[in-house]
Amino acid sequence: MTTATTEKIVIPVSGMTCAACQSRVQRTLSKMPGVADASVNLMMGNATIDYDPGAVNPGTLVETIRSTGYGAELPVVGQSTFDEQAARDEATSAEFSELRRKAIVSGIAGAIAMLVSMTTMGGMTRGPITWFLLALTVAVMTWAGRHFYTRAWAAFRHHSASMDTLVAVGTGAAFIYSVIATVAPGFFLRGGVQPDVYYEAVIIIIALILTGNAFEARAKRQTSAALRALAHLQPKTARVVRGSDEVDIPINDVKAADVVVVRPGERIPVDGEVISGTSAVDESMLTGESLPVKKATGARVIGGTINGTGAFRYHATTLGADSVLAQIVKLMRDAQGSRAPIQALADRVSAVFVPVVMSLAIVTFVIWFVSVHASGGLAGAAAVRGFATAVAVLIIACPCAMGLAVPTAVMVATGRGAEMGILIKGGEALQRAGDVDTVVLDKTGTITEGKPTVTDVVSVPGASRQANDLLALVASVEASSEHPLADAIVRHAKELELTVPSVEGFESLTGRGATGTVNGQVVAVGNERLMTEQHVDTAPLRADVERLSAEAKTAIYVAVDGALAGVLAVADPVRSTSREAIEHMRSIGLHVVMLTGDNQQTADAIAAVAGVERVVAGVLPEGKVAEIKRLQAEGRVVAMVGDGINDGPALVQADIGIAIGTGTDVAVEAADVALMRGDLHGVGQAIELSRRTMRTMKQNLFWAFVYNVIGIPIAAGALYPAFGLLLSPILASAAMAFSSVSVVSNSLRLRRARFT
Amino acid sequence: MQSTDWIVITAGLGALAWVNWYFFLAQRGVAATVATTGTAGMQEVHIAVHGGYEPAIVRVAAGKPVRLIFDRQETSSCSEEVVFPSFGVRKFLPAFQTTTLEVTPPLAGTYEFTCGMGMLHGKLVAE
Repeated sequence: MTTATTEKIVIPVSGMTCAACQSRVQRTLSKMPGVADASVNLMMGNATIDYDPGAVNPGTLVETIRSTGYGAELPVVGQSTFDEQAARDEATSAEFSELRRKAIVSGIAGAIAMLVSMTTMGGMTRGPITWFLLALTVAVMTWAGRHFYTRAWAAFRHHSASMDTLVAVGTGAAFIYSVIATVAPGFFLRGGVQPDVYYEAVIIIIALILTGNAFEARAKRQTSAALRALAHLQPKTARVVRGSDEVDIPINDVKAADVVVVRPGERIPVDGEVISGTSAVDESMLTGESLPVKKATGARVIGGTINGTGAFRYHATTLGADSVLAQIVKLMRDAQGSRAPIQALADRVSAVFVPVVMSLAIVTFVIWFVSVHASGGLAGAAAVRGFATAVAVLIIACPCAMGLAVPTAVMVATGRGAEMGILIKGGEALQRAGDVDTVVLDKTGTITEGKPTVTDVVSVPGASRQANDLLALVASVEASSEHPLADAIVRHAKELELTVPSVEGFESLTGRGATGTVNGQVVAVGNERLMTEQHVDTAPLRADVERLSAEAKTAIYVAVDGALAGVLAVADPVRSTSREAIEHMRSIGLHVVMLTGDNQQTADAIAAVAGVERVVAGVLPEGKVAEIKRLQAEGRVVAMVGDGINDGPALVQADIGIAIGTGTDVAVEAADVALMRGDLHGVGQAIELSRRTMRTMKQNLFWAFVYNVIGIPIAAGALYPAFGLLLSPILASAAMAFSSVSVVSNSLRLRRARFT
Repeated sequence: MQSTDWIVITAGLGALAWVNWYFFLAQRGVAATVATTGTAGMQEVHIAVHGGYEPAIVRVAAGKPVRLIFDRQETSSCSEEVVFPSFGVRKFLPAFQTTTLEVTPPLAGTYEFTCGMGMLHGKLVAE
C-alpha cells in the first residue's frame, strides 16, 4: 500500500533474464524493512519500489538489488532525455550570466585603471596611485579571473594544460612583474629601466577574455537552440478519461491505453492512436511538413504536435523515453555530441597546443633578449621587450577556436536538420553525406507510396453491371484472402463505402487467385492462368490489360458464373512529390539510380513518371547490396534511400543510409539519416545541408589554424624587423577573444540556411 | 655575446626542457589506479573531475564491463563532457554530481578518454 509517508522510485535493474530472476529481486526487496511494496518488471528491466524514506534510502535499495547478483544503479539526476537537456541548459545559462557579470565589472575596472594610469604617465608613477592599481588588480584577479588560476593549477597538477594555463601564465607574469616594479622599483632602476607597471593590461586582458567567453557561452547556447525547442514541445499535463470524468494529470502519470482527450488548438500530450473524432494536426515542428495532416479514427498522432480545429480522443501508446519526441531529442543529443572525422587533426593539434605555445613564448623571450642586448640595448630594456612579446604570445594563442570549429557546426547543422524533419545521426554521417554524389532510391515505399492501390476498374464492354457493383463482388471474395493485392481491393471498396456482401465457399488458389460464391454467383478473381483453368475467354479485355501493364499496373481478371466480367488494376502509385524531389537531386549534381525488383517494363514506366534516368530492374532484395557495391566500385559515394524495413543491409552497405520515414519510427538502426516526412524532398535537403556544413567546418578549421599560425608569430614580433610592428598584450587578448567568437558565429550561420 | 646572454639562453633552454618534460613525458610516470571489483563482478572506479581526471590512468580487466563513476567537482565548462572515442560515448557530467557510465573494453589495450574539447586526458588500460 502506498501511504502518504512512502515515496516511489523506479530503479533500472540489469542482468535479469528470466522470471526466476525477477521474483528473486522482488522477494529480496519486499522483505526489506521500510519497503512498502516492490514490483519488478522483467520486460522493462526495472524495479518500482514504494518505500518509507525515514527507514531506508534509495542507495540501500540499490545495494540490496546488487546483493542479489544483478546490476542496479540509481536513476541519476538529469538522466532522462528531457531532464538532461534541462540540466545542460541551466548550466550554460548560469555560466553565461556569471561570465557576463564578471566581464562587465572587470571591464569597468579596466577602464578606471586605464584612466588612472594615463594620469600617472607624466612621471608621478610612484605613490598611492600605483598601490591603488595593485589593489584593484588583485580584486579583479581573485574575483573575476579566479577560475583561470584555479583551473590552470588543477590542470597543471594533472600534467595537462589548457587555455586557462595560457591566460594564467600570461596575466600572472605581467602581474608579478608589476608587483616587483611597485614594491622594489630600485631593482629596475639599477638595470636602467623605468619601473613601469602593467596592472591595467592585466585587468583589461581578463575583461576581454571574459567577454569573449561570455559571447562564446551565449553562442554555444544558441547552437543547441533547435534541440531545446524540441525538448520544450513536450506538454506537462494530459487530459485523460478516468471513469466518467476528464482529468488533467501530469504527463508522467499517463499509462499506455489511457484515453486522452484533445481539444481544438491544444498541443497533443503523448503519442497515440485516434479512437474517435477528426481533426487536422500541425506536425511541422517534427516533420517540417507545413500543411496540417488529417487525422481520423486509426490515425497515429505524435506527442508535441498541435491540434487544429477539430477535437478527438485517442489511446495513448508509446510513452516516456519511448515516445517519438523523446527518441528524437535523444537521437539529436547523441548526434550533437558526436565527433566528425575531420576533427581528428584539430584534436591532435590541441592535445599538444598549450605546451608548444609555452615553449614558443620562452623562445620568443630569449631571442628578443639576446637581439636587443646585442644591438646595444641595456639588459633591463632587453628583458622588458622580451617579456612583453612572450606575454603577447601566451595571450594571443587560442586553442579554443580549434576545439569549437567542428562541434559547433555539427550541433547547429543537426539542429537545423531536425527543424526540417531530417535527423542526421552524427558528425560522421554529416561528413560522409557531404561527399555523396550518387543517390540510389529503392522503388517501393520510397519513390512510390509502398501501398498497392486500386487505380482502374474496367467492366467488359456492354455489361449491365456498374463498376462499383463489380468491385463489391470482388471485395467480398478478397475480404477472406491474405494476398497483399486483396487488401488494396478491400480497402478501396471501404473507401467508396460500398456494401460488401459475405462470401461462401471461399477458396484461395496459390499463384492464381481466389474463388467464392457471393449472392449465389460464382466469382473467380485472379490472373490469366486462373481464367484459362476456369475456361474464361479473356479476349474482350486483352487491349485494356496490355495498356494497364504498360502503365506498370497489375491487372486482375474477374469472372462471374464462368464469364469474363471485368478487370481491376492495382498499382503502387508514385508519390506526388517524387518527381520534383528527384529533379531537385539532379539539379544539385546528384546521379539518381532506381533499384527495383520489378521487371524492366514496369520499372521503366515508373522511372518515366518519377523522372529517374538510370534504372536497375529485376533486383532481388539481396541483390541490392551487390548493386551498391558495384556503384561504389565505380568510385561513387553512394547514398541509399529506403524505408528501412526491407533494405537494412543496403542502407548499411551504402556510404550513407537514408531511411524515409512514416513520421513515427525514428530510430531506424541501419540508417545514418532518418527523414521524418514520407517524401523524397528531405534527401536532397539532407545532402545540401551536409555539404554546407562541411564547408562551414572547413572554414572554421582553416580560420582557427590560420589565426594561430599568423597570430602567434605577429605577437612574437615577426613583423618587427620589417615593419616595426609589435602587438601589445591587450591587442593580443582582443584578437583571442574575437577568434573563438567568430568560429561559433560562423557555425550559427547554418541556422539560417535555406534549402529548396 | 655577454655572459648575461648565455645565462638567459641557458635558462631558456632549461625552461623549454622542463615544460616539455612536464607536460609530455612526466605524465607517463603517473601511477595507475586499479579498478576495484564490486558486487556482481562489476569493475568499479571513482574518478574525480577537477581540472583533470583523478585518477587519470585506470587499470581494468579486458572483456569485462567497467563502471566509471565521475564526480565533477567544478563548474568549468571545459570538463562538462567526457568522451570515450573508442566506445562512441559522450556524456554530460552535471556539476557537483556523480555520473555513472559503463563501458566494456573488448580487448587488452589502452582506451583514451578526454573532455568534450580534447584538452583533459585519461586512459583506461585494459589487461
